[in-house]
Amino acid sequence: MDVLVEHLGLYWRGVLTTLQISLYSGIGALVLGTIMAAFRVSPVPPLRAVGAGWVNGLRNTPLSVVLFMIAFGLPEIAINAPFFWFGVTGLALYTSAFVCEALRSGINSVPTGQAEAARAIGLTFGQTLGTVVLPQAFRTVVPPLGNVFIAMIKNSAIVGAVGVGGDLYSVGVQLTGSLGEAAIPVLTGVALGYLVLTLPAGLLLGYLERKVAIAR
Amino acid sequence: MSALYDVPGPAARRRTLIGTIVAAVALLAIAVVVIQRLAAQGQFTAEKWGSLLDPTNDVMPQVWSLLIGLGLRNTLAAASLAVIASLVLGTVIAITRLVSAPWYRWAVVGVVELLRGLPVVVMIFFAARALPEVGVELPGASREVNTLFYLVIGLTLYNMVIIAEIIRAGVNSLPRGQAEAASAIGLTRWQSLRLILLPQAFRTMLPALISQLVVILKDTALGFIISYPELLRESQIIVQTTKNPLQMYFVVAVIFIVINYSLGKLAEYVERRLSRGRKMSAAPAQPALVETTGQAGD
Repeated sequence: MDVLVEHLGLYWRGVLTTLQISLYSGIGALVLGTIMAAFRVSPVPPLRAVGAGWVNGLRNTPLSVVLFMIAFGLPEIAINAPFFWFGVTGLALYTSAFVCEALRSGINSVPTGQAEAARAIGLTFGQTLGTVVLPQAFRTVVPPLGNVFIAMIKNSAIVGAVGVGGDLYSVGVQLTGSLGEAAIPVLTGVALGYLVLTLPAGLLLGYLERKVAIAR
Repeated sequence: MSALYDVPGPAARRRTLIGTIVAAVALLAIAVVVIQRLAAQGQFTAEKWGSLLDPTNDVMPQVWSLLIGLGLRNTLAAASLAVIASLVLGTVIAITRLVSAPWYRWAVVGVVELLRGLPVVVMIFFAARALPEVGVELPGASREVNTLFYLVIGLTLYNMVIIAEIIRAGVNSLPRGQAEAASAIGLTRWQSLRLILLPQAFRTMLPALISQLVVILKDTALGFIISYPELLRESQIIVQTTKNPLQMYFVVAVIFIVINYSLGKLAEYVERRLSRGRKMSAAPAQPALVETTGQAGD
């Protein structure tokens, strides 16, 4: 366990980098995923097609392949940035497909009778959506959306693995590789680092789930 | 969500048409810009694509035999071994958790939560680093077989607990009457699980299990970090000679998308068939309830 104490600073920077990657990617994924979900339920056929292609393409490609395509593709269309941002972009694109599906299935899970009843008592389109459908959709969306973001924190390790570096996973690689430490204590440290991030997130999600849960 | 608004009249249809045209033009413009820039960088030349698509190119057969014959074969081998191991261990975890003493249940919950909180890439990396340190390796096996072994261990650790949770949820979702009837005719807890509950749970959970296949297949692409010669690793090696990374990774992505998209469609088909069967038997009771349970499938 000496490794943990000795390299605490390194681990700490790793946790921070992992958090940074997750935070930026999470914001990007939420924005992009919401846009794509809107595309998928819109009445405009080309937008629906883009949404469907986006989701089916990104959901079925391994994240590592997505990241390689971003890293080699974006410079070719004259978009240049530090490698860190390519990693964040890749993770955001990949996660946005799952965010989109979570949102869409949430909207679809509200029984049509709800919207019909709202319209029958004379609510306008905006009122129907804003006071009847979306509040219910939000409740069903919380658990899957939370799981998507927890999975994203874990996927940030892949961003580190393809060469962004500096995150918790890469700290483990560095310690067992160039610094020549024994793998098992280092593993314990890295595992603890991820659990510090994912377990509270899971508990928070469980709390939110109970708070907004509805029996349907 | 057609219940949100009235059937579109002429004005709404006109707006939709205008929106369609605007969106199509905008998307086309983006596509044109991207293609122009790629073309300006020489990304559409025969030099870049020849080794992948031109049958008269002399390296093409070699490239594809490495990609499919070696890479994809190894990917599928790792995925199927991981699937089998995860299914067996996941079932064992689920069953023992359902029938054992409380202290054991709590221990299992702890392990499940621990393993679910860790990235799969960490498990694969440390299976390959830590297991040889403590002397866990296949005796007399080649390096390649050993990396396969570690990759499968990493994937299995991660996926077995997810599959265990899927099966447990499946058993718990069955009507209580099933277990009660089983014990009423004198079956033991273990018999009722094996003969009555598990067969039904597997059936209802089949779509979720197939979706998990997609996850496992995608995660085998992490084999490249421990130099297991799967599809992505092979493409990386080929790219060092052919110098066309963008084209190569595009092709690899297409291969994954084709396989995983088909698996996803299979899961949807199975789910439709199962829910149709369920609907017929449950229709007289409460049709509205059945519809909503069908959508919670993922």
